[in-house]
Amino acid sequence: MPFSVPPIYFLIVSALIFTIGAIGVLIRRNAIVIFMCIEMMLSAVNLTLITASHYLNSLDGVMMVFFVMTVAAAEAAVGLAIFVLLFRGRKTIKVDEINLLKW
Amino acid sequence: MEGTVFYWIAFILTALVAIFAAVMVITRRNPIHAALFLILNFLCIAVLYLLLKFQFIAIIQVMIYAGAIMMLVIFVIMLLSVEEEERTNKITASSAHVIGVVLALILLAQLIYGVGVRVLPGEQGEFTPERMAQLGDIKAVAGLLFTRFLFPFEVASILLLVGMIGAVILSKKER
Repeated sequence: MPFSVPPIYFLIVSALIFTIGAIGVLIRRNAIVIFMCIEMMLSAVNLTLITASHYLNSLDGVMMVFFVMTVAAAEAAVGLAIFVLLFRGRKTIKVDEINLLKW
Repeated sequence: MEGTVFYWIAFILTALVAIFAAVMVITRRNPIHAALFLILNFLCIAVLYLLLKFQFIAIIQVMIYAGAIMMLVIFVIMLLSVEEEERTNKITASSAHVIGVVLALILLAQLIYGVGVRVLPGEQGEFTPERMAQLGDIKAVAGLLFTRFLFPFEVASILLLVGMIGAVILSKKER
C-alpha cells in the first residue's frame, strides 16, 4: 500500500490537540473549562497510544487507553462533585478567586 | 481500505474538524458552547479510531467520553449557572498568558520534533491485521483483559467504586 497514511500524521494531530488543551488550561479561568481542557488532553494522549498500537500490531496501547478512560470517568465524577461543593461554599468557580491554599 | 483516496479524505477532514473543535473549546466564552464543541472533538477522535480499525475503542470513546463524562459536565454547568458570570468578564491578555502560550508552543515544537525525527520505534507485536480480522477487535481485547490484564482490571473496578463513593460523600449536604 504505497499511499497509506503514515503514523506521523496521526501523531501530529494528537500533538496539536494536546497543545491546544494545554493552552486552554493556561489561559482560561473557569474551573469547568479547565477541566474540559484536561479531558481533551487525555483524549489526545489516547489517540497517540491507539496509533502506536495500530502500527506496531500490538494491543497493549488499547489496554492502556481502556484504563485511562476508567480513570477519566472516576476523575470526572469526583472533580465535578468538588466543583459543586466549591460553588456552594464560595459562590464562584473562577480559579483566581479560589486561593485558600495560596501562600 | 488503507491507502485509498477515501481513507485520506476521511482522515484529513476528521483531523481538521477535530483541531477546529479543539480551538473552539478554548475560545468560546460560554461554557455550554465549549462543552458542545468538546463533544464534536471527541466524536472526531472516535472517527480517527475507526480509521485505525479499533471499533471497540471508538464505541467506548463515544459512550464514555462523549456520552457519560460530557453529560455530567453539561449537567454541572447548568446546575452552577456560571454562564452570566463568564460573559461579563473581559478577556485580559496578561503577561502570564503570553508566557504560557509561548511555552505551550515550544512544547508543541518539541512534540512534533519528537515524533518526526524517526519512524515509530518499538518491536512489532503479535496482533497482525490478518489475525485481528480473523479474531475480531472485541474478542482480542477481552481475551487480553481477562488473562494478562486481570489484576489491573480489578483495580480499575475498585477505582470506579472509590470515585463513586467519593462523589456521593462530597456532594452530600452537611447536617
